[in-house]
Amino acid sequence: MNRRNFLKQSAFTTAGTMLIPHFLKAYEMQALGQPSIASTGKVLVVVQLSGGNDGLNTVVPYRNDIYYQERPTIAIRPEKVLTLNDEIGLHPAMTPLKALYDEGLLTVINNVGYPNPDRSHFRSMDIWQTASDSDKYLRTGWVGRYLDAACSGKEQQPFRTVEVDDTLSLAMKGSNSNGLAVLDPKKLYNQTRGNLVTGLSHSHNQTSEEPESVAYLYKTLAETVSSAAYVYDKSKVYSNTATYPNHELGNRLKTVAQLIQSGVTTSIYYVSISGFDTHINQPGQQERLLGQYAEAVGAFMTDLKATGRQNDVMLMTFSEFGRRVKQNASNGTDHGTANNVFLIGGGLPSGRVLNEAPNLTKLTDGDLTYSVDFRQIYATLLHDYLGADDVAILGRKFDGLKIV
Amino acid sequence: MDTFTTRSRDIVRLRYLFARAGFGATPAELDEASGKSLRKIVRRLFTDSESVVELHVVSPDENESKQELKGMMRDGQLDKDMLKERIRLNTEKVRDLNLQWLDQMASGKGALREKMALFWHGHFACRTMGRNPLLMQQYANTLRQHALGRFGNLLMAVSKEPAMLQFLNNQQNRKNAPNENFAREVMELFTLGRGNYSEHDIKEAARAFTGWQFTPEGQFIFRERIHDDGEKTIFGKTGPFKGEDVIAMLLENKQTARFITAKIYNYFVADGPVSKPDDKKRVDELAEQFYKSGYDITDLMETIFMADWFYDAKNQGAHIKSPVELLAGLRHTLGVRFDQPQPQIFVQRTLGQLLFYPPNVAGWPGGKNWIDSSSLLFRMQLPNYVLKAADVMVQPKEDGDVNTQALARKGGAKFRTTVDWADFEAAFSKTPDEELTKTIAATLLPFPLRPDQLPLLEKQTNPAQTRSERIRALTAALMSLPEYQLT
Repeated sequence: MNRRNFLKQSAFTTAGTMLIPHFLKAYEMQALGQPSIASTGKVLVVVQLSGGNDGLNTVVPYRNDIYYQERPTIAIRPEKVLTLNDEIGLHPAMTPLKALYDEGLLTVINNVGYPNPDRSHFRSMDIWQTASDSDKYLRTGWVGRYLDAACSGKEQQPFRTVEVDDTLSLAMKGSNSNGLAVLDPKKLYNQTRGNLVTGLSHSHNQTSEEPESVAYLYKTLAETVSSAAYVYDKSKVYSNTATYPNHELGNRLKTVAQLIQSGVTTSIYYVSISGFDTHINQPGQQERLLGQYAEAVGAFMTDLKATGRQNDVMLMTFSEFGRRVKQNASNGTDHGTANNVFLIGGGLPSGRVLNEAPNLTKLTDGDLTYSVDFRQIYATLLHDYLGADDVAILGRKFDGLKIV
Repeated sequence: MDTFTTRSRDIVRLRYLFARAGFGATPAELDEASGKSLRKIVRRLFTDSESVVELHVVSPDENESKQELKGMMRDGQLDKDMLKERIRLNTEKVRDLNLQWLDQMASGKGALREKMALFWHGHFACRTMGRNPLLMQQYANTLRQHALGRFGNLLMAVSKEPAMLQFLNNQQNRKNAPNENFAREVMELFTLGRGNYSEHDIKEAARAFTGWQFTPEGQFIFRERIHDDGEKTIFGKTGPFKGEDVIAMLLENKQTARFITAKIYNYFVADGPVSKPDDKKRVDELAEQFYKSGYDITDLMETIFMADWFYDAKNQGAHIKSPVELLAGLRHTLGVRFDQPQPQIFVQRTLGQLLFYPPNVAGWPGGKNWIDSSSLLFRMQLPNYVLKAADVMVQPKEDGDVNTQALARKGGAKFRTTVDWADFEAAFSKTPDEELTKTIAATLLPFPLRPDQLPLLEKQTNPAQTRSERIRALTAALMSLPEYQLT
């Protein structure tokens, strides 16, 4: 479909919403091919593994005796590991990820953490999402502040950063603007089409005497209605070609791919899956989850490769903490600290293992010692990959990693 | 001025007062209060809040902490599945505590005390660690007990609550191995605010708090043998200080009065950081009075509710209701009872304020942070879920913690509720049909309806409806307006 037809089709399907002046502005700008807010035109997809994924059984130090001593019943046997190099290899459930590594599309960063780590799920996730120090409490998230910076002085457009979910994570909340939570573009669109919601966003004319609180609510409402319509319209342009596994993460990454391929100008997508809190009977549970993850990511990359987009889109995967080196008495693992991070696609020079494997002889209180601050990764992605002001967004300078 | 105008001006003030000092009022309560002197109404808020009924979900002798349960498993009294089940039951008791408190807020009884306690829950934020329902029950009752008393007593009591000592790692704060978390948060978040103490003060205060511990039964205990009884220098004073001495020093410092007063002013009056000159001046005066009164919370709150500036137009509608305020208020106004309690947890989770699970020790940020595209749409849908059993389209995130999964499940289905429409409708029995929309709106919203809103609201009704159906439809529609999120 060429642009002209696309415009006609889109205009037709949104005849109702065309009445909204605010929506018109945002929509027209987009329809006329307003560029991405990332100066590099690149797209970042964040995949959050909630619950604290056991990194040592994900990227396995299969030549390390201490690993096998500390985990007598749950360690992954060396012969099962999908080797990456002569020290480490992937969990056997992650065959599609190994294939991406072999293609040069996967980069593994070991020992990622932060100073004075917190072992509470909620707090540590807070720290990862706000990019704060562990003794500070921030009310905004790093993606939200990216949106603030990118939209500074311009119209605020929540759809520039999208979380594929029903509710919005702290990571997506900025000071002046918030990202858009959309699990299903059609469902969100329908929610904004009730006659009261549309009517209110339509009829409300902001006046200068209006209290700030009222102005804020109606501004949010108008942005929501216009963003929902824009995303829904655009998302109909492209249908995925790859076959995605039918589970939560598969469906969510399928939606991300569909939006990217349709030309929605979103720069950061955020997706999370849960279930990694494996205190009891870890092996079966983790195998299932890592298998789902690898399968979904494999399909996602296949989809992008079909249109040659694999170098414009990078997928980053993290978890709020790793787990203890020593297994517990219930065939599981308890909360730990440093963990690995995956970067996939994005045109990184060559997929590789970036740094040293975890040192199991140099533990801190029985936990891995971090050597890469997660904010160094954020800084690198913001500055080198998205072309954003990392210092403004993260509050200070973090040394970049030489990966982009 | 005719009586109608006087009355409607009265309703505006009263609606605002009851929404700020409590969880709103029913139309009948507004009617009853209308025409009485403000002094009398404000006084009554305090007398209505004099007694405290303790929240109760577990007795000390039947409570089993996660630690004790794990011990029982080691002794062979429990197998793994039984352990899992018992931990789940503990999480459910914390949920029941949440619901019991919410019921109390929605009941309208002692509304000011409950509102104040909710404020203190955000101020002395504490998250359930170890899923010990007894500790949370004690913590909640301490907040409620001291909510309108003297701040010094509240500070001391809540600082000695096992839930707080556990949350802020004071069990790990020992002689020769200090943990500064507790001392830091007491200064940064509970009393002085950032920038009013030195790192040295924190280090030394942490030593003073060593030995503040609790027993497995959930009782505060001072353990002399792990207390560091050496000399400490805190705020320029030197001595063999204990925890109580640090608390006394913090109360002696007028900055504590300023910090607490500014936070109360922000929460109850202005909804936003105190930055305008006349707000600042007012906070300084109030703080001075608060300090001189020996931190008498009742005195401070009564001064605020009696002040002319409290009712300034710029304050009305400036506060964005928190999810709990929204839910408790909606329930109170319409006498809503939930046939199944779980949807109320679902609403709290989806909108980001689950009682006993604040995001961190800094509490809920509040204000504009409550609102984003999805939370606003959900809030606007909430009356349809509660009053019309509309299909619920949304599912909140799991937080990843295997222990709170019990709270995540369920709730996505339709809400089943009982609404006391008869009482609500009776309050409008004398209202002429053409005044109905405006009159109901005045009891629910901080602003008069705008001309463009009237036709939209009319569209939610139809001419074939009975008067009663019309009132219900209009009420649900009015509660769906963005303005209903404000007070």
